[in-house]
Amino acid sequence: MLPVTTILFYVFSAILLGSATLVVTARNPVYATLYLVLAFFNAAALFILLGAEFLGLILILVYVGAVMVLFLFVVMMLDINLARLKEGFLSYLPLGLAIAILGVLELAVVFWTSPLGHITAPAAIPANADNTRALGILLYTQYLYPFEIAAVILLVAIIAAIALTLRRRTGAKTQNIGAQMAVRAKDRVHLVDLREPKS
Amino acid sequence: MHDFQNTAWWAILWSLIKIVIVVVPLLLGVAYLTLAERKVIGYMQVRLGPNRVGFKGSLQPIADAIKLMFKEVIIPTNANRFLFLAAPVLAFVPALLVWAAIPFGPGVAISNMNAGLLYVLAIAGLGVYGIIVAGWASNSKYAFLGAMRAAAQLVAYEIAMGFALVGVLMLAQTLNLTKIVEAQAGGGFWSWYWLPLFPFFLVYFISGIAETNRAPFDVAEGESEIVAGFHVEYSGMAFALFFLAEYANMIFVSLLTTVLFLGGWYAPINTPLLTWIPGIVWLLLKTAFLLYVFLWIRATFPRYRYDQIMRLGWKVFIPVTIAWIVVIGVALETPLRAILR
Repeated sequence: MLPVTTILFYVFSAILLGSATLVVTARNPVYATLYLVLAFFNAAALFILLGAEFLGLILILVYVGAVMVLFLFVVMMLDINLARLKEGFLSYLPLGLAIAILGVLELAVVFWTSPLGHITAPAAIPANADNTRALGILLYTQYLYPFEIAAVILLVAIIAAIALTLRRRTGAKTQNIGAQMAVRAKDRVHLVDLREPKS
Repeated sequence: MHDFQNTAWWAILWSLIKIVIVVVPLLLGVAYLTLAERKVIGYMQVRLGPNRVGFKGSLQPIADAIKLMFKEVIIPTNANRFLFLAAPVLAFVPALLVWAAIPFGPGVAISNMNAGLLYVLAIAGLGVYGIIVAGWASNSKYAFLGAMRAAAQLVAYEIAMGFALVGVLMLAQTLNLTKIVEAQAGGGFWSWYWLPLFPFFLVYFISGIAETNRAPFDVAEGESEIVAGFHVEYSGMAFALFFLAEYANMIFVSLLTTVLFLGGWYAPINTPLLTWIPGIVWLLLKTAFLLYVFLWIRATFPRYRYDQIMRLGWKVFIPVTIAWIVVIGVALETPLRAILR
């Protein structure tokens, strides 16, 4: 009888590959996005099976919780026109096939020639392994510079994206929060005593 | 082999028992939270609230549940039938899933996992799919607007929420929720994390209100502008699932705030009289207080405008949390470290 984790591995892998295929073949972009969410979920489950709970949960937190929400946000607003989507499929097909075959060949070369192709079963995970701590210690000591450089590259990407999309709109009405907070009651309300003055 | 099967079956059965022990009181809590909300807000507005069904309205939630169960689920024309029915489930399932990691006492949880905080943060962010999918599948402009608002709001506040939790991690040095509570042991309420992490405490709780789409951040429903937002087309049990998810999330946010900032199951003052009371009572009392604050805020503040919500999330909360992370980081390198940790 197969161990439970092996059965789970095949279940999650099958769902992962199935939903990844459906991402490409689904006719409705919203369905494709939701299949991608399912694929991420199963990839996270595979990470957790391997004892890499940090990677698995971060995958859900970042990709499912934030990135895909924004994807869905954009995709929902699309006009789903299947005829337009299919237009030009045949003209792009040769190029797409060529790229796909090249990718598969490259992967095959990598797997045949490098130790990646002969992955042994992961070592048994100690009962109380805390790979978040282990990962943190490695990232902030041995891999500090690559880690910080990656962070700076992401920052540059953020600034570039904002700079590309920033446009100054004229005539848009906005509040001046500082001026609004500075207002006091006596600036806006004048209480007038309407009683007749005593003579 | 036989032994292994025995233990595996037992493990599954034991998990199911634990799930029932958590979920049944949770659903009852949700039912009576709806009554508490109507009563509390009623009294705040000088009304009586529901008082006809049962003793002083105590059976009102049961009556509501029966009413919702027997109502027809109407599916609008041209709605995407499958996603329309899947959306309430997508909203409700994460609201239950998060409870797997919540500790109710030292090590008492369905799963006392090492990365509990990360798990809770990851799963809690998934509830928004229910709202977005509901908005899109309903084929209604109001529902769609509600979904767009919910998506933008969630992304804005999840960042501030994540940063607030980074502060807790810096002090507790662990992602395990039980250990985070145990790190707050010691004195009394002054050794809990709300004090050194006061800005995070406020940011986390307010972001929690925003993430659960509660007033004053309930622009996703916004009755006065977009009728009922994402759930405008829903009726019967499909609507009830959204409702259950919202209230279960409220209880969850209150409980997690208690665990992270208000010392979990520890008594506020370390005297024998107070520590004699079981920890679960303290945990539930603190949670109930925060739930009351939820209702109090709803009865007090008018709804934020959409641009004000975005401003608060991006321009106030995120800078505040980043600044306080630096403060805590520096403080941990000074002799203050001994007090903070």
